[in-house]
Amino acid sequence: MNSASSGRALPWALVTPALGWTLLFFVLPFVAMAVSSLTAHEGGGFTLSNYSQFFANPSYWQAMVNSLQVTAIVTVISVLLAYPFAWILAEQVPERWQRLALMLAVLPFWTSYVVRSYSWLLVLAQNGVVNRALTGSGLFSEPLQLANTRLATVTGFVHFFVMLLTLTIFANLKQLSPSYRKAAADLGAGPIRTFLHVVLPLTLPGIMVGAFLTFVLCIGDYITPQILGGNNELLMPQLVMMQIGRRGDFPLASALSIILMAVVTIAYLACARWLKIERA
Amino acid sequence: MRALIRLVSGLYAIAIYGFIFLPVVVLILFSLQATSFPIPPFTGPSLRWYEAVLADTRLTSALVNSLLVAVLSSAVAVTLGFLSAWGFARFALPGSGLMRGLITLPLTVSYLIIGMGLLVLFNWAGVPKSLLAAGIGHVVINLPLCFAIVYSQMGDHQINIERAARDLGAPEWKVLLLITVPVMAPAIFAGFFLSMTFSWDEFVISFLLTRFDTTLPVEIWNLLRSGLNPKTNAVGSLVFAVSIVLVVLFELMLLRRKPA
Repeated sequence: MNSASSGRALPWALVTPALGWTLLFFVLPFVAMAVSSLTAHEGGGFTLSNYSQFFANPSYWQAMVNSLQVTAIVTVISVLLAYPFAWILAEQVPERWQRLALMLAVLPFWTSYVVRSYSWLLVLAQNGVVNRALTGSGLFSEPLQLANTRLATVTGFVHFFVMLLTLTIFANLKQLSPSYRKAAADLGAGPIRTFLHVVLPLTLPGIMVGAFLTFVLCIGDYITPQILGGNNELLMPQLVMMQIGRRGDFPLASALSIILMAVVTIAYLACARWLKIERA
Repeated sequence: MRALIRLVSGLYAIAIYGFIFLPVVVLILFSLQATSFPIPPFTGPSLRWYEAVLADTRLTSALVNSLLVAVLSSAVAVTLGFLSAWGFARFALPGSGLMRGLITLPLTVSYLIIGMGLLVLFNWAGVPKSLLAAGIGHVVINLPLCFAIVYSQMGDHQINIERAARDLGAPEWKVLLLITVPVMAPAIFAGFFLSMTFSWDEFVISFLLTRFDTTLPVEIWNLLRSGLNPKTNAVGSLVFAVSIVLVVLFELMLLRRKPA
């Protein structure tokens, strides 16, 4: 083999396996799903009925509304809780303890995702820790219905995303050059003004990225709503899984997945545009 | 003013730490429960549920399956990711940006949809549900990650070392194995480690693509059907312990590498 021909063949030999894998096991499955979504469960030719079902059936439509509501609530609460926490870790904790403080703050990340949701079920159950504390202290005479509610789903999600957002916002705050704050102080701004007019606007793009990540991961998650929310109120991923599990209706499940993906893509496009305007 | 900020900060941090740790503490505490329900009052400590977990062959074989899938799928993902990152970083290929975009695309799609797609495809192609099918899915989610990590660490100074080796007469495969791989070892290791943790914890793809032999998260999911059970606490605590050990090892390796 002469060096000229190996010079051209080698780079393709390097990138082809990864490209091939992605085409075969990511792009092709997506095409298969798209084609499947255009066929009827009972067999037969091309049909749009799976998509029209989604728009015609109010319970399917409701699942999307629920998903969007839960995701929006989770994203807002998580950002509001995580930002001050990350700020405290970055500004108030002495430098040498910061790494440890941050590691502790994300320690429960390392329990498995399924187990983490189950743990919240333990906390929120009818005779769980929270209800024992509430009835024991005499605040309530009857245990509250906490598990299998939207509140439980939101709590489980917020727990996960507070950890994630603390990480990303902390990194953001640390990247901020201290000279900005010094300059603001030199110009006579107090700590509150410096924060509102300098630190917060400069970390806003980072917050948006974190919020978008939260949105994407939250809206596509099946585990948390299934374990904590139960079947009282369905979210989109639960609806998708239900089509496969109970009825083996792959075409409808495919159509619902594609609708879910379309919503995420729209959110991405909206978010990307917003981010660019912020940076300009 | 400053003292007030410190006080409020301290209280807030304690509250958030409390929220973050509450479920983990409850999980571990009631894994040591002596009676059959992981609810107050605490009746332990007892190790009977840990013994029950270790005696449960479904759980232990699921654990072995999980490790197997995690190690093998991560090895494939990091190998493919590394080779393609090297190819794109060192050679000018037509349509390079587009192809790199394609490789990282799966990062933007939720696991549920990746799993669904593979399920539909395999169903059509007649590929049976198996650990292999789940492993293929795990490579799909981890390959973009490994690629991105290694690609971002391919700098110009490494090109010079590689060039020096070529000038001294090393063939490409020798440059790759003796120069590039050792130089890129931290990035390769980071990609492998991250893939391992994602694969180890991945649920929905394994749930959709396996049937009888399955991974630990799916087996734990099956346990949940029996409701609240200290055995689930015990297996959850064990998984947590294993992960913590791995993380500490990873941190120590990073710390050891720093002074060098």
